[in-house]
Amino acid sequence: MNILKRLRDKNSRRGLWLISPTLLWMIGLLIIPLILVVITSLGQRDPDGNVIYTFSVNNYLRLIGYSFNAPCGDTPPPCFDDLYITILWRSLVLAFQTTVLVILVGYPLAYYVARAPARWRNLLLFLILIPLWTNFVIRVYAWIMILRSQGVINNLLEAVWPVILPVYTVLYNLILSPLSAFLPLHLSAPGAFQPLEMLYTPGAVLVGMLYEFLPFMILPMYTSLEKIEPALYEAAADLGASAARTFWRVTLPLSAPGIVAGTILVFIPVMGTFIVSDILGGRQVILVGNLIQRQFLDARDPTFGSAASIILMVMTLIVTIFYTRRFGFGEEIASA
Amino acid sequence: MPEFAVELRNVSKRFPGPSGEEVSAVKNVTMQIRDGEFFSMLGPSGCGKTTSLRMIAGFELLTEGEVYIHGKPLGQTPPFKRPVNTVFQSYALFPHMTIGENVAFGLEMKGVPKSEIGPRVKQALEMVRLPGYEKRRPRQMSGGQQQRVALARALVNRPEVLLLDEPLGALDLKLRKEMQLELKTLQREVGITFIYVTHDQEEALTMSDRIAVMDHGVVKQIGLASEIYEEPNCRFVADFIGETNFIEGTVRSVDGDHAEFEAGGLKFIAVAQPGLSRGTSATLAVRPERVRLTHTRPGDTPNAYEGEVRESIYIGTDTRYLVLLSPTVNVRVRQQNTVPVGMPALEGPVGVKVWASWTPDSARILVE
Repeated sequence: MNILKRLRDKNSRRGLWLISPTLLWMIGLLIIPLILVVITSLGQRDPDGNVIYTFSVNNYLRLIGYSFNAPCGDTPPPCFDDLYITILWRSLVLAFQTTVLVILVGYPLAYYVARAPARWRNLLLFLILIPLWTNFVIRVYAWIMILRSQGVINNLLEAVWPVILPVYTVLYNLILSPLSAFLPLHLSAPGAFQPLEMLYTPGAVLVGMLYEFLPFMILPMYTSLEKIEPALYEAAADLGASAARTFWRVTLPLSAPGIVAGTILVFIPVMGTFIVSDILGGRQVILVGNLIQRQFLDARDPTFGSAASIILMVMTLIVTIFYTRRFGFGEEIASA
Repeated sequence: MPEFAVELRNVSKRFPGPSGEEVSAVKNVTMQIRDGEFFSMLGPSGCGKTTSLRMIAGFELLTEGEVYIHGKPLGQTPPFKRPVNTVFQSYALFPHMTIGENVAFGLEMKGVPKSEIGPRVKQALEMVRLPGYEKRRPRQMSGGQQQRVALARALVNRPEVLLLDEPLGALDLKLRKEMQLELKTLQREVGITFIYVTHDQEEALTMSDRIAVMDHGVVKQIGLASEIYEEPNCRFVADFIGETNFIEGTVRSVDGDHAEFEAGGLKFIAVAQPGLSRGTSATLAVRPERVRLTHTRPGDTPNAYEGEVRESIYIGTDTRYLVLLSPTVNVRVRQQNTVPVGMPALEGPVGVKVWASWTPDSARILVE
């Protein structure tokens, strides 16, 4: 598609007026800032924290492990330090884990809502969306109340501990203790209640991510599932397919566009978010989002922060491109 | 081999209604469908015909009664274990599969060997005159073609009974007429019992060996197409199938199969519904094409009265007349234009005096 050729066409030029507000918005607030970020990422920070505009790839080298000034353990600089690579890898893995978990938890729910009687569906969708009325940060903070040592879960466990303890003692003596000779089980012997340390762990971050991003997966999945003509389920049964085979051969393929769309809606923001890991992960779970935030605010090194932003963007882009090449953008292959 | 392919014995279906009360969709229906028969369930929407079909397919469970297929009671057998296949009104082709995959689906589910599936799919598509369409997608095909694919997808499984739920409803008239004949031919070729649900009486008459006319969840009459048309057993059937003159009146006397009937001062002899007695209010039903118009009094029937032509509409093959026999009795008449039937002067017949007559055997006296 030749843009210049299109601009010569009168009808296309008329269309330009319609998109010009969006176009100006995108140029002013996306393209130009992006160019500025790229320029900044190639600069250097002077000792006072000011940006010196050079044309250096040092920030990128630092990100992939090249240490210029700081020693790496006992090795004096320049040396290889995997600190940032670890952070990037952790972010990628967590984004994958979150996406898979959100699909596994969200699909049955979306299916249930889509097959519910029509008069219930809007109410159920409304209930799924209600949490979004509360501020994102507040919702994450709520998980602190649930997960901390003196939180909801631990208090509940402590309250029922007298009941659990005898059962656990029997289990421990009969099965778990002998088993630990063969399996790497790290279990404490039965005794007084010890609060579970759940906060500031990768698990806490995963739970927080799941909670925050679930609606963004459920809505597109619901849309695809709801579009499936009920007669198709009957046709599958009529042709001899059991419920399970109907699911694998008809329901899942026809709802795939919703899963793909939901994956894109969840994976990309999870890759960049820093609030969930900041609040629920503490110093333990640092993601690339936290790295970028700290470079701009605490470390006062916008050049390194910009480089990390660009790397994050490129990583997300690569994964998304691979994914959409394979599965499409979730456009309705199903619609007749 | 039991005589009946499908038997419904005292089948009822009640659904929970919107405000808690139960709604009866099918009431105590008994039907016997013979092996290899083209059987239609005919009735207006809401008459219970589709519910009856869905109970045979297993999509709805029975509230009461039992369905038998070749003598075996089906009970709670789920749809995927029943020896029947359905052609859906909306076709219900799987949009994410090719035509070949759609047709192969049932065979795959049954565990038919791969080497056998290909040839059977090919043969099924040839049977519905869509050879070589395996690689196409449903959305690339017209409604009529999709309908044929749905047919192939069902028939390829060689079901004991094929259930068709208004399968031609979404097609235009011309295509529908073509498909009616095609379906009938196909049914004769494959010899499978077809149960066909429709609200279109002409369609049912064209294709069926036998028809069950249903209304409000009840079977009104079961019989050959000609029986349903010529010998309706109630006013509903006579009214629903084809066009009929209804003349309201009273039974004067009953004599064997026939009875004397009076309406608006005119007396008629007609076939009597069993159980009629003197003095009963009833309806005389006579088909418009059974009424003859002549200039002179015909000598062969007592049902002959002189009247005035009030309307005359020429519609090509036929001309339709409205003839007033008495101030309260009028009959619609339909005469074919191919044969000269004693009406030489067709120009401007409105106002002309004619004799309208019909034989006693072509009219019936019906109580509700």
